[in-house]
Amino acid sequence: MKIKAINRSASECTRERSQDVQKVHKNLDPALHPFEKAVEYTRALNAAKLDRVFAKPFISAFPHDDGVTCLARNPKVLNGLAAGCADGIVKLWDVPGKRSLRKLVGHTGAVKGISIAPSGDVAVSCSTDCSVRLFRLPFAPFMSAGPVEDEASATLEFQGKHAFRGIDHHWTRNTFATAGQQVDVWDHERSEPISNFSWGSDSVTSVRFNPAEPDLLASAGSDRSIALYDLRSSTPIRKIIMQTRSNAIAWNPMEAFNFTCANEDCNLYTYDMRKLQSAACIHKDFVSAVMDVDYSPTGREFVAGSYDRSVRLFAYNGGHSKEVYHTKRMQRVFSVRFSGDGSYVFSGSDDMNVRVWKAKASQQQGTLVARELHKQAYQDALVQRYQHMPEIRRITRHRHLPVPLYKAAKLRRTMTEAEDRKQKRRVAHSKPGSVIVKPARKKKIVTEIE
Amino acid sequence: MAEVEDIERAENVSKKRRRGESETAQRMAKFKRGAAVATRAIADKKLKGQLRHSEKLAAEAAYKAAKAEQWLLPEEGGTLEAEGLERTWRFSQEEIVKEAETGAAQKVFDLDLPELGPYNLGFTRSGRHMLLGGRKGHLAIMEWQQRHLVCEVQVRETVRDATFLHNEQFFAAAQKKYVYIYDKRGLEVHCLKEHTGVRRLNFLPYHFLLASIGEGGVLRYQDMSTGQIIAQHRTKMGTCDTMRQNPWNGVMQLGHSNGIVSMWTPNVTTAVVKMLCHRGPVRAVATDAQGQHMVTAGADGQVKVWDVRKLQPMHSYFSRAPAESLDISQRGLLAVGYGRNVQVWKDALAQKQESPYMCHTLASGVLRNFHFCPYEDVLAVGHSGGVSTMLVPGAGEPHYDSRVADPFQGRKARREQEVAHLMDKLQPDMIVLDPSTIAQVRKEPKDVAEERKAEAAAANAARRKEQEDKNESKKRMKGKNKPSRRQKKKQNNIIEAGKPELRQRMREQGVLSGGGAEKKQPAAIPEDVPRALHRFYKKGVQ
Repeated sequence: MKIKAINRSASECTRERSQDVQKVHKNLDPALHPFEKAVEYTRALNAAKLDRVFAKPFISAFPHDDGVTCLARNPKVLNGLAAGCADGIVKLWDVPGKRSLRKLVGHTGAVKGISIAPSGDVAVSCSTDCSVRLFRLPFAPFMSAGPVEDEASATLEFQGKHAFRGIDHHWTRNTFATAGQQVDVWDHERSEPISNFSWGSDSVTSVRFNPAEPDLLASAGSDRSIALYDLRSSTPIRKIIMQTRSNAIAWNPMEAFNFTCANEDCNLYTYDMRKLQSAACIHKDFVSAVMDVDYSPTGREFVAGSYDRSVRLFAYNGGHSKEVYHTKRMQRVFSVRFSGDGSYVFSGSDDMNVRVWKAKASQQQGTLVARELHKQAYQDALVQRYQHMPEIRRITRHRHLPVPLYKAAKLRRTMTEAEDRKQKRRVAHSKPGSVIVKPARKKKIVTEIE
Repeated sequence: MAEVEDIERAENVSKKRRRGESETAQRMAKFKRGAAVATRAIADKKLKGQLRHSEKLAAEAAYKAAKAEQWLLPEEGGTLEAEGLERTWRFSQEEIVKEAETGAAQKVFDLDLPELGPYNLGFTRSGRHMLLGGRKGHLAIMEWQQRHLVCEVQVRETVRDATFLHNEQFFAAAQKKYVYIYDKRGLEVHCLKEHTGVRRLNFLPYHFLLASIGEGGVLRYQDMSTGQIIAQHRTKMGTCDTMRQNPWNGVMQLGHSNGIVSMWTPNVTTAVVKMLCHRGPVRAVATDAQGQHMVTAGADGQVKVWDVRKLQPMHSYFSRAPAESLDISQRGLLAVGYGRNVQVWKDALAQKQESPYMCHTLASGVLRNFHFCPYEDVLAVGHSGGVSTMLVPGAGEPHYDSRVADPFQGRKARREQEVAHLMDKLQPDMIVLDPSTIAQVRKEPKDVAEERKAEAAAANAARRKEQEDKNESKKRMKGKNKPSRRQKKKQNNIIEAGKPELRQRMREQGVLSGGGAEKKQPAAIPEDVPRALHRFYKKGVQ
């Protein structure tokens, strides 16, 4: 007779000392794990719920003395943020320290645009007082030093002929472009613009350099146009006129032929600059004019702020927003920026505050240990796997909105539905081919001018 | 010479490697969840890519699991082999205990409790604690391997069945009238008055449900984490004394006195399956861990093996006396008990065997019930003379999973596990016959969808008709704007699924303008009409 029976010794299966790590045994045999699908679904449901429970995106607010009109992030350091104010003061902020570093003074009108040079030590700001000022940025002292309210004035001043509405520094060179009556391109060394572009008589509100093509820039104007310029030629290249005005423009840093413009008609439009006849994507959900837009450095998402007092985050190809941020106190949002690591979002609004938000609302702050990271990844994967299940979709999609926003959205929905219905009926009751239905992505484009 | 050796060695290595790989491939079959999706014919490139990627991940996971099992969990299961003319079923327990290792041999004991029996038995999921329920009111928890009595209580009432709840901290006992819950100190913590005259108790650990059945034939489910009664099903088949869960899908299997085995889930008020299994009462039911085979024993002396997934009989055994108790171990050993005898059958589920694996006769007392101890090669038998255990090599799973059940769990680990299990608690409506259908998209066949649509349309029309008739009969204007009336009117405004079709038809008939046939022409002016009257006819038509 040969016999062998299970005989475990407790000393082999358990730890030796209480300081040791607990011994964990694993057996992946499916017979030991019944209900695996049901358990996984339950976990996915719990993960979706927990995600919403922990969705607390607001981090802090930085106070100013007047409405915040423009923001700029420092491309060189992660914690640097400059905010321009309607009273003509630019404040430099140390974001993790939650303290101001300097007040940059000198402008007599509202600061309308600010941009930081790629070297990270120079900022240029433009204002309605027809001047552009160049400031040397101080090196941030240690974290514990507390707020610094020292005033610093401009090292250089460029005088223009008209009020400026926007500014953007070049990604590599010592030049910057301003928007006003026309688009001017300036050099740090020269007091006069090195070149200017104008097309039509209306003013330009926003200008942005292309991150990949050093000579390319795009602008949005109050004549409802979006124009592309080449610095090597003396005239603009191409321009489209839309039905409503675009307030801001942002290039996708990873797909640098795509740009997104924030439009007055509550939508954002992403265009491929090689194919301007139709928008590549329309990003809906706002209920009032979109004021500013900025891309995440990853190019996978962008943030937009609106006159309806909300900030929304969109996937670069998402027709609807994936997040909406609002607070009771936040007023009209004039400016938004992504942080350099793509994990925070800044918004400057009329209520004299710069707000810092998390880019992923339920993200846990601080350093995560490997186990936490693993768990987070597992939960994300679960939610993604079961995202189409009605129970989970309902939870993940739900966002609370303030009543005015909710009602306005509802009204807009009713209106668009009515329009659609009317058009359908019109088509049904007319001679085939007599009513031309323009696709939504082309509808808002009036003309394209070369 | 050395070169030749080298070549031989290399060949040996590669052979070994090949053998290892083929073994891994065999093991992988266990970890694959169904067949791979055929992606070749999919036209949508994006979908194809995603599916291919997920298939790749699944294959990788199966491979890794197989490798981990191959290297980290070597075969350590118990075995009993006969040599020469010996037969395994002729070995007595005394011989086996003599031959077995000391540690294993110590697991065999006889607990002589002749006065308060017969005894019901139960184990925790880890197999560390044993619950004894003596018919005459004796309840006890033992750490049976340590011979340590955790608690003991005499409830001075008939105890019909007892079962552990989610861990050893609590257990439930079906007593004379009600079901009571005791904690591990033996203190009564709850009296479940909804459960009356209960004969059998069963706990579903993943759902935290306690199921009971008894004299009225009412199957009751109560949630043990919230205390809610989840469902009460009247089986309408009289008093029931046989209940066992299918551990794979959580379906309750009841054996009735008319030979029927019925299967129940909490959210369906009738039996999901009813099968006539025996001529005469069903005495015992058991299902294996993967929910493939069900074994039933009837008073007609038959022990039948069923394919539970197909609901078809596979084969049957004949027992000398009607079997009263059945159990299937983690590794698929079948124990059959009647009178004072216990037989253990090996590989008896998939195929019909000629002879049992082991036989045992109780020294004293008549069998009440028995259970295989999880993760151990032990069968514990409760009988009228007390409790005894026997060694059944090859019964238990040698490798436990700490996340599921850990026989060496400490207090902290137990607390953490309790929380983890509660987080993963399944809803009662997730109990279905085929658990793999959960979270799955099922495409409805076209004819079924159309049928349903037609049914809905008919119901809609009937309702509208009824409402119209009602409105006809009431033409009073008074109270027209009452809130209740307004509400009714709103409900009457049903969205009609057939409206577009109707419109299309009307358009074709020319009732509506736009497309289809031309408009109806006004009648031409008859010849005999005087000119003065022509203005009463439509112009342009002569």
